[in-house]
Amino acid sequence: MASDTTMAQPGTLAAPAAAFIAPAGYWKLVRRRLLRDKTTLFVTAMLVAIVFISLAAPWVTSYDPYQGSIMLRLKPIGTPGHWLGTDETGRDIWTRLCYGGRLSLLAGVVPVAVSLVVGSFLGIVAGFVGGRIGTLIMRTMDVFYAFPSILLAVAICGLLGNGLTNSIIALAVVFIPPMVRIAETVTAQTRQLDFVEAARAGGTSTMQIIRHHILSNVLGTILVYATSLISLSIILSAGLSFLGLGVTPPQAEWGLMLNSLRQAIYVQPYVAALPGLLIFVTSMCFNLMSDGLRGAMDVRLNR
Amino acid sequence: MAKTGALDPRDRGGKAQPLLTVQNLRKHFPVRGGVLNRVKATVHAVDDVSFSVRKGETLGIVGESGCGKSTTARLLMQLIAPDEGTLIFDGDEVGATGGISVAAMRRQMQMVFQDSYSSLNPRMTMVDSIAYAPHMHGVPKRRAYEEAESLLAQVGLNPQQHARRYPHEMSGGQRQRVNIARALALEPRLVILDEAVSALDKSVEAQVLNLLRELKARFDLTYIFISHDLNVVEYVSDRVMVMYLGQVVESGPVEAIYRQPRHPYTRALLASKPSMDPDKRTTAMPLTGDPPNPIDPPSGCRFRTRCSYARDICAAAIPPLAPPMVDDGPAEHLVACVVPEAQEGRVLTHA
Repeated sequence: MASDTTMAQPGTLAAPAAAFIAPAGYWKLVRRRLLRDKTTLFVTAMLVAIVFISLAAPWVTSYDPYQGSIMLRLKPIGTPGHWLGTDETGRDIWTRLCYGGRLSLLAGVVPVAVSLVVGSFLGIVAGFVGGRIGTLIMRTMDVFYAFPSILLAVAICGLLGNGLTNSIIALAVVFIPPMVRIAETVTAQTRQLDFVEAARAGGTSTMQIIRHHILSNVLGTILVYATSLISLSIILSAGLSFLGLGVTPPQAEWGLMLNSLRQAIYVQPYVAALPGLLIFVTSMCFNLMSDGLRGAMDVRLNR
Repeated sequence: MAKTGALDPRDRGGKAQPLLTVQNLRKHFPVRGGVLNRVKATVHAVDDVSFSVRKGETLGIVGESGCGKSTTARLLMQLIAPDEGTLIFDGDEVGATGGISVAAMRRQMQMVFQDSYSSLNPRMTMVDSIAYAPHMHGVPKRRAYEEAESLLAQVGLNPQQHARRYPHEMSGGQRQRVNIARALALEPRLVILDEAVSALDKSVEAQVLNLLRELKARFDLTYIFISHDLNVVEYVSDRVMVMYLGQVVESGPVEAIYRQPRHPYTRALLASKPSMDPDKRTTAMPLTGDPPNPIDPPSGCRFRTRCSYARDICAAAIPPLAPPMVDDGPAEHLVACVVPEAQEGRVLTHA
């Protein structure tokens, strides 16, 4: 430790030391670490491709997702003109998968985004304020924990009726309690650390403390958890559609496609498995991305 | 930044006026429990503590763990609200109308915590942490960072090397230097060091202590130095205050307290200090047992349950801080004990 460098006059010391070093910025560092992580880059590229193809569905395929042909029912993979085959009403699978990605991704991302905003708000309030308000929020969340998540989603869907919007609402309600719990735990842990007291002693207001000291330490954990929920959300929404509670036919959605192709499993097993495979790959990518994100956001781990 | 020599423009009452006067500070923590979360008991963490800190001095506060040292520090910073008591900062009552606001007081009073790691935001680099508070107070970003770097240099760290590091990349001693720099960034007049060197290795501790002494001279600081380490307190303090179970039992100049302790607790505490001289080493335990539970402290003198001089009068009332009955020392030596034999430390012939 270079304690003898301090002996000089403060005035003369300040001058050479003033080579201004720009504040590094936490997110810049995270980005740098992410760019070094090959797996995460690869799965992120995969996800970008899936999202892009879904959005560009009308341009990547020339077929109508709803228009089938009786002559072309249940064709195998590799059929000329229908390279991924056709379903039980003769609709092109590739087209249906592309269009289906829109709804599936929507049903995967939107509930998580909603629960992220609502859940982390409630959780940070509960964790930071504590006391009666905290208890009220947490006990309310505990009520939701009494039901298994899929059952709760089914119940809410059943209550609201089927349709995409209702299944999104149902999934958001399902995801809010765990989000609140995680946000509350991390906030309460962070709040009692000395740097929060030090900030308060330095005259920082409560809002500034939450914004600069709590959020930066809590958001990482919540964000990582949220990305891991996306895969669950895709699977759950596919499950709801499969049960006939989410998206209604003839709309294209991966879960629904899996349901309708189920009957063709002995005729065209590979074609029938395609929507399931896509659900698997997409959720896997989200999971791996969340792992990579966690690694990059934890500055304590050296990469 | 250096203010040596010239009188601090923020100085109000001149040298003779205490920088901080604490009167009858009291904090009881409720212990809740049961189904209805009712208050079942209260922890008497700090009870009727009064003292003053003079400009430019170092006041040491010693005592066993749980005696209320750290609570006192947090009460002074107003990090927790006192139940009772008055703080007077350089003649202005804190939080009173016509006095000084809590925010204004905090700018002149800063604190360094024991745990060097948890006192730094793990997501902020060293300069971020140091520049944060000044920037929040309106110093332009660039200047705040430049000053943060110069402060890093002044606490013995190389800005080029350490400015952009994260807390986990630094050693405990380096982190504590950063914590000191952060406390100094607001240009305080009073710095509370709450066990600030206790967690450091002995060699690093000595370096940091020397750094603290230099900084004190350079910036005209006043310290409140809280520690359980008697040797360190003796080394840094001008005056010492001994606490036991939330109360002050003895206070006075460091030489008087260490040479001639008047309270049986202080004497026991000092006797438990390991001696450098092998011939003076003792294996006898000067103090037995744990301090009584602060939830239900003994009536009267709180030390009487462990005191060999205890008698009926000790249980009757809390002994006031007063000059020793058998005194030859300085006038400001105060002790909270009413038994002359105890103050003299006379050896008891019977058990």
